[in-house]
Amino acid sequence: MPALQHTVETRDLIRIFKGHDKPVKALDKVSITIEEGEIFGLLGPNGAGKTTLIKVLTTLLLPTSGEAYVNGFNVVKEPNKVRKIISLVSGGETPGYGILSAKENLWFFSQLYGLSSSTAKEEIKRLITDLDFEEYANTRMSKLSTGYKQRLNLARGLLNNPKILFLDEPTLGLDVLTSKKLRGYIVDWAKRERKGTVLLTTHYMAEADEMCDRVAIIDRGRILACDSPLRLKVNLEENVIMKVEVSSVQADFDFMEEMEGVVGYSQTRSIQTNTTTLKVMVKDETVFTKITSKLEEQKLKILSINNAEPTLEDVYISLVGRGFEEGEAAYA
Amino acid sequence: MSTLALSDEDLRKERRPMREELLHNLRVAYARLWVRVKGGNRQPQWIIAELTIPVLTLSAYVYLYKMLSAPIEFVGFVIVGGTMIAFWVNVLWNMSAQFYWEKETGNLEVYFVAPISRMAILLGMALGGIVNTTLRAVVVFAAGTVLFQVPIVVHEPLTAFLIFLLTITALYALGMLFASLFMLYGREAWHMANLLQEPVYFFSGSYFPTQYFHVLLQFVASLIPLTFGLDGMRRVIILGEGIANVWLDIVVLIVFVLVLLPLAKFALNFMENLGKKEGRLTLRWQ
Repeated sequence: MPALQHTVETRDLIRIFKGHDKPVKALDKVSITIEEGEIFGLLGPNGAGKTTLIKVLTTLLLPTSGEAYVNGFNVVKEPNKVRKIISLVSGGETPGYGILSAKENLWFFSQLYGLSSSTAKEEIKRLITDLDFEEYANTRMSKLSTGYKQRLNLARGLLNNPKILFLDEPTLGLDVLTSKKLRGYIVDWAKRERKGTVLLTTHYMAEADEMCDRVAIIDRGRILACDSPLRLKVNLEENVIMKVEVSSVQADFDFMEEMEGVVGYSQTRSIQTNTTTLKVMVKDETVFTKITSKLEEQKLKILSINNAEPTLEDVYISLVGRGFEEGEAAYA
Repeated sequence: MSTLALSDEDLRKERRPMREELLHNLRVAYARLWVRVKGGNRQPQWIIAELTIPVLTLSAYVYLYKMLSAPIEFVGFVIVGGTMIAFWVNVLWNMSAQFYWEKETGNLEVYFVAPISRMAILLGMALGGIVNTTLRAVVVFAAGTVLFQVPIVVHEPLTAFLIFLLTITALYALGMLFASLFMLYGREAWHMANLLQEPVYFFSGSYFPTQYFHVLLQFVASLIPLTFGLDGMRRVIILGEGIANVWLDIVVLIVFVLVLLPLAKFALNFMENLGKKEGRLTLRWQ
């Protein structure tokens, strides 16, 4: 084997799509490195470029320019070498044939990687047990719930014992318990069993925080920051983060965009309770006093004010000036 | 070249022997065949529909010819046509449009990320389709000949088998070509398959001999492998003719196979590259 510098490496990767009105730059000079055994997260809102990057690295998409290497192999020039050592599991998709049972589907997929019958049988049995769906092993895939389909999907992704596992929003649409189970299993697979490297895309902050050794925050195709979740959050400690609950869903908070000392803010509206929860990041507490005065001027009732611990979302807010949801709304 | 790339010696060491690669792809083809055969026979209602509908269709033509007091050979022609059309339907819906369904479910993404030849998947799909459809076609043929008492006059069974084999090989090669072309389509694949179904019934002369066509229509008909397959099969099975009379059909079918198979492979590679360039290999938003 060649001496590798990094397990995954991209250099100035650019990908442009045609788009309806004008070209869309989905990746803009993306340069990242991932080390062996690392769980690396790509965190960003929908449309940030996460899936595009995964597709380039898994040989499903050609970059417009730049270079990408997986285990030292160039993804454009040596796609077959890359395919032998990787696996891709996408959330929200359930590859397989509904008319076949879970076990039969896994046997079929094992053949794509040339596993012998005995190895395939052993691996399938082990994965079914580990991922806790023995009860449904002989159930037709079409009759499985979303959660069990995703367990099956993850089992499929691990059948070939990949050196690098690409997970694209693996817990999308899953219930809390199944998500937790899958997250735990992936961390065990990469860390306790030291089986491989993981590149995970997600827009769930907690998922990235819980699972990843390092996180790259991506927005509109650009990597804005890349570090361990802890260090990313520590960098925010010079700012003050406050959570304010106000009694309206229609209030206008645009005034904060031009207010000096406001690093960024996000809002979550609840129609059921007719309230909006604002998360505001400011440079010092005096700025926050100005904000509360402005809110009172609008005749908004402030229901609660709390200090908040920095999260990865706050890191995103500090970099972009808005939360994930506002970003997604802007794209829509 | 990047500093991360392998040296030539490393590449040579790591290069998988061709034999191993071939065996791997044959296993893949077998696995895909297995999926098709297993899936195709798991729902009895499908089998009943696939056996009943062709018999009903060919019965309608048989009664029409009987009403017009046509020679009994016409009834035989209809039965051969009705039997072979099952393969065309299979090629259209379970080969050509298949990659569209595979894309919808996420299977196509898995195939393209796996270290396999895409032709192995197509081969497995084709062979599985042939196994399933042959079982059904035999039942339709037997039911037709018994129900309508059509005399079968086969003097050269090997010639009949050869024509059958060449016809389905050419048909499934055409299916592979369509599958490659339809790979990047979305729902249009469904409409394209619909668009191709009826005209081929007509031009191939599934239910009537094409010699009554105008010369222009005959030219169009000659572009379809099924036309020659049907002509040859009818001559050998119903009229009792031999290789001396059907050699042209055989030659044309061989040409179809020799052209369509490499064309399918070329189209598959071309469409895969196009898909990778335009980001259309999967449905998932980039």
